[in-house]
Amino acid sequence: MEKRIEELRKLSGRQKLGAESEIAALQKKWTEARREVYGNLTPWQRIQIVRHPQRPYLLDYLQQGATDVFELGGDRTFGEDRALIGGLATLHQQRVVFLGHQKGRDTKENLRRNFGCAHPEGYRKALRLMRLADRFRLPIVTLIDTPGAFPGVASEERHVAEAIAVNIREMFNFRVPIIAVVIGEGGSGGALGIGVANRVLILENAYYSVISPEGCASILWKDRAFAPQATEALRISSKDLLQLGLVDEVIPEPTGGAHRDWTTTIRTTMERIAHHLAELNQLSAARLVETRQERYRAIGSVLEK
Amino acid sequence: MAVFERRKYEPRKEAKPRARGVPSGLWTKCSGCGEVIYNQVLKKSHQVCPKCEYHFPLGARERLVLICDGGKFQEHDAKMEAVDVLQFKGVTSYASKLKANRKKTGLPDAMVSGTGKIGGREVSLGAMEFAFLGGSMGVVVGEKVTRTIERGLAKKMPVIIFSASGGARMYEGMFSLMQMAKTSGALAKLGAAGLPFISVLTNPTMAGVMASFASLGDMILAEPRAMIGFAGARVIRETTQQELPKEFQTSEFLHEHGLIDMIVSRSEMKETLARLLRYL
Repeated sequence: MEKRIEELRKLSGRQKLGAESEIAALQKKWTEARREVYGNLTPWQRIQIVRHPQRPYLLDYLQQGATDVFELGGDRTFGEDRALIGGLATLHQQRVVFLGHQKGRDTKENLRRNFGCAHPEGYRKALRLMRLADRFRLPIVTLIDTPGAFPGVASEERHVAEAIAVNIREMFNFRVPIIAVVIGEGGSGGALGIGVANRVLILENAYYSVISPEGCASILWKDRAFAPQATEALRISSKDLLQLGLVDEVIPEPTGGAHRDWTTTIRTTMERIAHHLAELNQLSAARLVETRQERYRAIGSVLEK
Repeated sequence: MAVFERRKYEPRKEAKPRARGVPSGLWTKCSGCGEVIYNQVLKKSHQVCPKCEYHFPLGARERLVLICDGGKFQEHDAKMEAVDVLQFKGVTSYASKLKANRKKTGLPDAMVSGTGKIGGREVSLGAMEFAFLGGSMGVVVGEKVTRTIERGLAKKMPVIIFSASGGARMYEGMFSLMQMAKTSGALAKLGAAGLPFISVLTNPTMAGVMASFASLGDMILAEPRAMIGFAGARVIRETTQQELPKEFQTSEFLHEHGLIDMIVSRSEMKETLARLLRYL
C-alpha cells in the first residue's frame, strides 16, 4: 500500500491527474491499517519488534535527546565494560548521571558491545557512577536494554551475581531521584542491576522479565520453540506490567515501533523522563529514599491463614 | 600373543555428583563417592556422607532444628501461601505444581523462618527448602526473607539465612524478580542500623537468590562442595562454547576466587556461627 501511494504521488506529480483525493484516501486507509495491525500485536510479535536492530539504543537517545554528554569509563578495579555505559548528560536543562546497556547494530559492533550483556565490571562501574551522582546531587537516569547479564566463565569468576546484588541494595540508599526506563529488553537480573528506581517506565513494545522467553520455554516446555507460549504465560508485555502494577507508565511508540521513527520515540521518552524528574525534584532526599523503599516493599501479595 | 598383552590402563571413573532429593527407602547411594549408606546412618549424620563428607540437601526445618540451641525455634509466618497472580499455565499449571510440592514436602512454600538462639544469642533466621520447587523464590519466599530481616531490625537481632535455591520462581514472573529488590532493600536498612547479616550458602544457591540477599552477607559462609553461581553451567557452555574450569561454581572455586569467607562443614556450622556471633 505504501508503494501504491508513492506511485500515485509520482504519477500525479508528472501528469497533474488530480489524484490528490485518491492519494489522501489511500493514505488514510494505510494509516488505519497500520494502526490496526500494530495495535493488535501479540506479545511475541512485540518481542520481535523490540529486538529489531534498527531500534534506537542508548547512544542514539543521548545523541538526539541530550546535550553536553560525557561518557565516563571504567570500574577502577578491573576494566571497561562497553555493554553497560554511563556518564554525564543534560536532558531538558536537567543535569543527570545516565547509565544504560548498549547493543551493537552489526557483528563487529556487537562483539565490542557483547550484545548488550554486561560483565561484573559493567555493574561495578555503574555503582561507581551512581555514587558520584549521589555525592554531587545529580539525579540518576538508567536506560535498560539487555537480554541479561553475561553468562560466561569470566563473569562467574568475578562474581556477577554479587555485583548485581550490591547494586540493587545500594540503589535503595541513594538520596537523589532515580528513574529507570526499559527501552528494549528488560532481561532479568541484568536489568534489575541498574533498575531499582523511584519511577520505572517502559516503552510500549519493550518487555521486562524474570527470565527470557526462550529460557523459560526450554525449562518448562523443554523446547525453545515454545517461546511464544512462554511470553504469554509470563505476562511480560508493557501493558501487562502496567496492569499488574509493576511499572509506573508505558511510553507509547510511533505506529510500527520505535525503529520506524527515532525522532518521535526519543522526543517522547525524554519528555516523560523530564516530567517525572520534575515531580521527583519536589521531594526531599529522605522522602526519595523512603518512597523508593515503599515502592518495592509493597510488591506481591500472599495468603495468610 | 594376545594372551600376554598388557591390559590397557583405564583410570577409574569418578562418580559424578548427581542432584538428588531427600533420599527415600532404606539405602542411599552417595552422590559424592558412590558409597551405599544406610539411611539411619545418614539421618544421624544430618545427611552428610560418613565416608566422603558429601553434603546432601537438608530440609529447611531440620536445618533450623540442627542450628538452634536445644533444637528449638519459634516459627513465624508458618502458614503463608503463594497466590497464583499470573494464573500461570505452562505444560502444567502453577496451581497444580504448588499442590504437588506442598504434598511432597509438607510445607506451604520453599522457606521456614523464625527466631531462636544460637550459643545463647537471640537471632532472626530462616532456611530455604530445596525440595519445594527447587527452592525457588517467589513472593512468599521474598516476603519471608524480608520479614526475617525486619524482625532482626525491630528487635536488634543478627540475621542468618541458609540459602538453597535454583533462583527466582518463573511461575510468578516479574513478581519473583522484584523479590530480589525487596529483600535487598530490607538488607540496606539492616546495614544502616548496624546489624549483622550472615549468609550461608548450601547446595545449590544460584541465579536470582545469589544475585540478591545471598550475596549480601557481612559474612558469607558455604557448605563444602555446594554449587553456587549466577548462570547455569549448561547455559554458559551453550552461550560461550567454552570449556568450564575444574570445580567451576563450587564453594571451593568461589573461596579461591574471593567471594566466600569460609567453607564450613555441616557438623561445625552451629559452633562456628555461635563463635562468629560473639564478634557481631
